Amino acid sequence: MSNTVQRHVLSALVQNVPGVLAHISGMLASRGYNIDSLAVGETEDNHLSRMTFVVVGDDSVLEQVGKQLEKIVTVVQVVDVSSRDFVERDLLLMKVKAPAGNTRSEIRELVDIFRGKIVDVGPQEITVEISGRENKVQAFIERMRPYGITELVRTGRIAMVRSKTEHNASGGTEARGAS
Amino acid sequence: MSTARAGTDPQLMTGADILVKSLVDHGVEVLFAYPGGCSMPMHQALTRFGTSLRTILPRHEQGGAFAAQGYARSTGKVGVVMATSGPGATNLVTAIADAKLDSVPIVCITGQVPTKAIGSDAFQETPMVEVCRGITKHHYLVTKVSDLPRIMKEAFHLAQSGRPGPVLIDMPKDVQLGNLNEIDMDPAMNLPGYESVAPVVPSETIRQIAAAIKLARRPVIYAGGGIILGEASEELQQFVNKTGIPVTTTVMGIGAIPPEHERSMDWLGMHGAAYANYAVRDCDLLIALGVRFDDRVTGKVEAFAKDAKIIHIDIDGSELNKNKTAHIPVRGDVKQALTELNKVIEQPEIKDWQDHCEQLKAKHPLSYDQEFDGILQQHAIKVLSDVTADMDTYITVGVGQHQMWAAQFYKFRRPRTWLSSSGLGTMGFGLPAAMGVQAANPNSLVIDIDGDGSFQMNVQELATCFCEDLPVKVLLLNNQHLGMVVQWEDRFMGRNRAHTYLGPIHHEEAAGPSNADRFSYAENRYPDFVKIAQGYGCGAATIRDKCDLEPAIREMIAHKGPYLLDVQVPYQEHVLPMIPGGMTVDDMILE
Repeated sequence: MSNTVQRHVLSALVQNVPGVLAHISGMLASRGYNIDSLAVGETEDNHLSRMTFVVVGDDSVLEQVGKQLEKIVTVVQVVDVSSRDFVERDLLLMKVKAPAGNTRSEIRELVDIFRGKIVDVGPQEITVEISGRENKVQAFIERMRPYGITELVRTGRIAMVRSKTEHNASGGTEARGAS
Repeated sequence: MSTARAGTDPQLMTGADILVKSLVDHGVEVLFAYPGGCSMPMHQALTRFGTSLRTILPRHEQGGAFAAQGYARSTGKVGVVMATSGPGATNLVTAIADAKLDSVPIVCITGQVPTKAIGSDAFQETPMVEVCRGITKHHYLVTKVSDLPRIMKEAFHLAQSGRPGPVLIDMPKDVQLGNLNEIDMDPAMNLPGYESVAPVVPSETIRQIAAAIKLARRPVIYAGGGIILGEASEELQQFVNKTGIPVTTTVMGIGAIPPEHERSMDWLGMHGAAYANYAVRDCDLLIALGVRFDDRVTGKVEAFAKDAKIIHIDIDGSELNKNKTAHIPVRGDVKQALTELNKVIEQPEIKDWQDHCEQLKAKHPLSYDQEFDGILQQHAIKVLSDVTADMDTYITVGVGQHQMWAAQFYKFRRPRTWLSSSGLGTMGFGLPAAMGVQAANPNSLVIDIDGDGSFQMNVQELATCFCEDLPVKVLLLNNQHLGMVVQWEDRFMGRNRAHTYLGPIHHEEAAGPSNADRFSYAENRYPDFVKIAQGYGCGAATIRDKCDLEPAIREMIAHKGPYLLDVQVPYQEHVLPMIPGGMTVDDMILE
């Protein structure tokens, strides 16, 4: 068991019933767990939702969070996604100051490099959409900061274990570290 | 408990009728219910089911909920309590939290404002589900009558399976009044995430445990409430008989093994027997069965059994490695695990260790001053224990010094005969819990050993005892103080009295440094408990002299109805031994 503090991505399949989000977030808060991000949405089965958590702590914290989650009656299954080969994404929307001219071109170039999209353009600012792993999203935020970020919103991370086919390590453009 | 009856009922029924019929189908014989605006339809329905279900009216909702606990703790069946919305419902909250910490199966039904009014801050509206999320095993807000049979079935299933606990069902008034026909009273449950049966402990784990035991030279069994809840005390005793391993229990585990058993080391922890704590300190293998390494047991957790390998078996996987890392963590039912172990276990070579434990026991017995010519609390309990030894007796307690002394000096020889709010430590538990025990066991002797502080927190339930023919006895150890807090003041706070005296505030004991002698009594006693009890219609007497104790106890037991025996005791007596909070066995205070 490792005593080092790490970020773990947990994925919980939960019954899609009223109050389940409040129940889970309340449990995590009352037991003092440190949650970096929490994302929730319906799954392919409309009776079930999927919650993705990023938990900060050592292995014993992770073990307890997993067990306490599983103890909640409406939680169907908990998977430590980060212990496997997985894909994670975070979606970001950002308004950044971009007056027409050079600045705007520079920002457009950076958005392209980060494979983002400009989804709205105003007279003085543009809105950018970008998705990817956390460090990429974070890097993009740092690049934009000097231009003046006026508003920023993120979904929180979602994650999925990769399919167990062939050689996962070279799973196309989604290979670990590539995005 | 019988399971729900199958089949459909073609008759048109209201939600309230469905709820009550479901209670009957689930084998509920008694419930404790206090009506109000938003629960009246359910009470009306209760009258329609007449004799198949007894409804007891407590005098406070908390009393009702602790009575439901008393019913559940003494029988193992699900206790049921009902209250109206708002204040009625919130009055249940303490008892629900209590049931969660002590794993007591109860179903709590609360009235709620009509679904259309929910969220409007209506009269007597509280968001009960929100309030109770963290203190229930599960909770429901019923929004459709058609969901009700399934929810009732799930609630009973959840309350009593796996690690038991409280389940809340919040019933809006319109759901109670709504009609339904074509009712399937035994629908399928929808609990895809709930594992009601613990996994079978694999035979290789059993072999691993047996091997660890064989190698041990200084093993100790640390048995808890899981043994009682899991009905595993026979298996535990077999295990102890086969292995000869000394056994200590938690406060929740009292009754799992008779105190006269040659391997019994009584109970451990903050006020547990010194020999139990020493044995755990010195052991090389700790066999933890249905326990949770509570701080009142472990003290400083790093120092607890620090040289021992730990085997931890519990039905709740989240208890494994929570407070203390186990070398062999086993999720499973203790009864099943012990049954399998008993088939293969061999006696380890521990003669020296057994001798050592016997010596510890002889050297550090639980004791009190026998010479004192008044009545010490410990003495009152010991005499009660002797007098009732051959009777079918249940003991409930409040919280504080009297609770610890009852655990120390009353001999509990059967599981479920000792009822104590152990995890939450709720003062006022004793009298209403006794009421619930008496309702479940009408022919048994049920005694609430209480303190004057705890007793007054639910004193109103004397009315329930009288009016509902529940002949509960109260042995009141009346020292006019909050004794346990006084003890901490004496030990750790320079004897400065800070709101621990229960009489009028101009008394010298009410504030400031105390220089009272060891056997001081608080004079000008207040209130007059005999008059209070008599006012409620109960028998009552007060005593102070040692020679009066045994006859008074016999008179109390012989009394037909509820009875209160006010025993005047001094207030400077301390519960010993004591391991101060967060400290280790070596810091134990012995005198």
